[in-house]
Amino acid sequence: MTDVDITQELPIPVERPPRRTHGVVDWLRANLFGGVFNTILTLIALYFLAIAMPPLVRWAFVDAVWSAPNGQACRGAGACWAFIGEKLRFILFGTFPYEQQWRPLAVVVIFVAMILASCDRRLWGRRLMLLWLAGFIAAGVLMWGGILGMRYVETRLWSGLPLTLIVAVVGLPFAFPVAILLALGRRSRLPAVRVVSVAYIELVRGVPLVTILFMASVMLPLFLPTGVTIDKLLRAGIAFVLFAAAYLAEIVRGGLQAIPRGQIEAADALGLGYWQRTRRIVLPQALAMVIPPLVNNSISGFKSTSLVLIIGLFDLLNTANTALTDPNWQGFATEVYVFVAAIYWTFCFFMSRYSQMLEREFNKGRRR
Amino acid sequence: MSERVADIPIIELRQVDKWFGDFHVLKGIDLEVKKGERVVVCGPSGSGKSTIIRCINRLEEHQRGQIVVAGIELTSDVKNIEAIRREVGMVFQQFNLFPHLTVLQNLTLAPIWVRKLPRKEAEDTARLYLERVKIPEQADKYPGQLSGGQQQRVAIARSLCMKPEIMLFDEPTSALDPEMIKEVLDVMIELARDGMTMVCVTHEMGFARTVADTMVFMDRGEIVERGPPAEFFANPKSDRTKLFLSQILAH
Repeated sequence: MTDVDITQELPIPVERPPRRTHGVVDWLRANLFGGVFNTILTLIALYFLAIAMPPLVRWAFVDAVWSAPNGQACRGAGACWAFIGEKLRFILFGTFPYEQQWRPLAVVVIFVAMILASCDRRLWGRRLMLLWLAGFIAAGVLMWGGILGMRYVETRLWSGLPLTLIVAVVGLPFAFPVAILLALGRRSRLPAVRVVSVAYIELVRGVPLVTILFMASVMLPLFLPTGVTIDKLLRAGIAFVLFAAAYLAEIVRGGLQAIPRGQIEAADALGLGYWQRTRRIVLPQALAMVIPPLVNNSISGFKSTSLVLIIGLFDLLNTANTALTDPNWQGFATEVYVFVAAIYWTFCFFMSRYSQMLEREFNKGRRR
Repeated sequence: MSERVADIPIIELRQVDKWFGDFHVLKGIDLEVKKGERVVVCGPSGSGKSTIIRCINRLEEHQRGQIVVAGIELTSDVKNIEAIRREVGMVFQQFNLFPHLTVLQNLTLAPIWVRKLPRKEAEDTARLYLERVKIPEQADKYPGQLSGGQQQRVAIARSLCMKPEIMLFDEPTSALDPEMIKEVLDVMIELARDGMTMVCVTHEMGFARTVADTMVFMDRGEIVERGPPAEFFANPKSDRTKLFLSQILAH
């Protein structure tokens, strides 16, 4: 046979990729001392750490006072954590009746549990919706009381961490659907829907949250007939929802615009209606694309809830401020703000981790 | 035309006109497709051939004339449009699979939500069609993990899962690498053998010769020539057709 059989299998040597380096020394060399520039940066960073860390550790731990009867006894070189211990319940639960404070505590636990449950991919769907609904109802019952032998507590007394969580955790899920509708409305083919959406978004985005809160708390009652009052917390909550929705809407719109025309045509060609197409094809892809800015906005929204203090609601930051006014404990602002910052940070950091998980989950299709 | 083609018109275009802005893209198009007929539309780019088939399922709106598909007239009535789209499958040049869904979910989405089939039944049908396009083992992958040829076969299967009466193909092999064109054409040829009514916009003249009952040649928004492939390729009547065929068959 003279023809060369080109399908004949040649023994191709199997070559493995070069082995990655392991071990502490290799890691250091690769990450901290790889090259002159990196080495210089590492040394500068180490120098600043060496200057900053020892006094910080000394203040926060070594010289810190962990228990003291009053402010005088607590004054020293270090942090006065005794003050936080003394005021902990007030900072966390504020003016909620003291002996009833297990109720807001339970609400915080419920919210944290629901947030953690939302991380579990297996629960996603109708079950998670029901869980959240049940959680909201339970939180409402616990906060208001008035049934099951619990004393009725008006919203005026709700304060501290539960208040912050209620405004944020209840507000954001309500803002989100409004935002999606606004974003869809802005891209609608119906001129009336489009005009209303654009006008709303531009109006709300052009006004600071503080102004909207003021309007909700001061101006709105002027327009209501005498005798009719809307709960202050509800007004603040609605103002927060409407404000957050306008911002989230623009983020969602960015995602909607990134959907290739062909996706919509393919959905149309299969006979899907507008809402089916939006729900099954457009939104899942659009939202997955904008997770980072959505979470960014949610984090910023979570912290913006502290602005409700200007209309006299006692959120976490406001209870902390109030705790500072105790004449027996003067001059511990740093400790309190560090403590409150740590609480805010914990929630925000969690949100950011959660967004990374969501991105991984939703971008499966794009992964090779 | 063989007796396989019933004498029932399933697509009728009468004096259809369409403009993109001021550009007159379709000029008085008359086209009739019978049940079971396989029509291949060819012509230079910009001639309006894609626009014609996109008008048939209303991805583009015609501005004058009449289009009747499966007995339903295309008007701005959304009900009619959705009814027609249920009966008309479409395969795109760029596949347009849904990247966030697995292959199986791509195939079952419309049957479940549009045809309201139970999930189990939709999945059984989907696996059947994946078998027919010869990629049953890819059911749980995402489109991004497949080759172009595999993606286009999934797209064909996705349309077939709606059990359409008519299939439209808009340059289904133009975005594919050469070695993948055949696997898609093979699937289309098999589909043609099963008696599907097909309207294909394509430059694959070998495919046209094999399956077409009718060739339609378009140029500058008009149907210049139409006829059975044997005659169309052997004795094109118009000079424009001759020129086009000489260009496309030259190599």
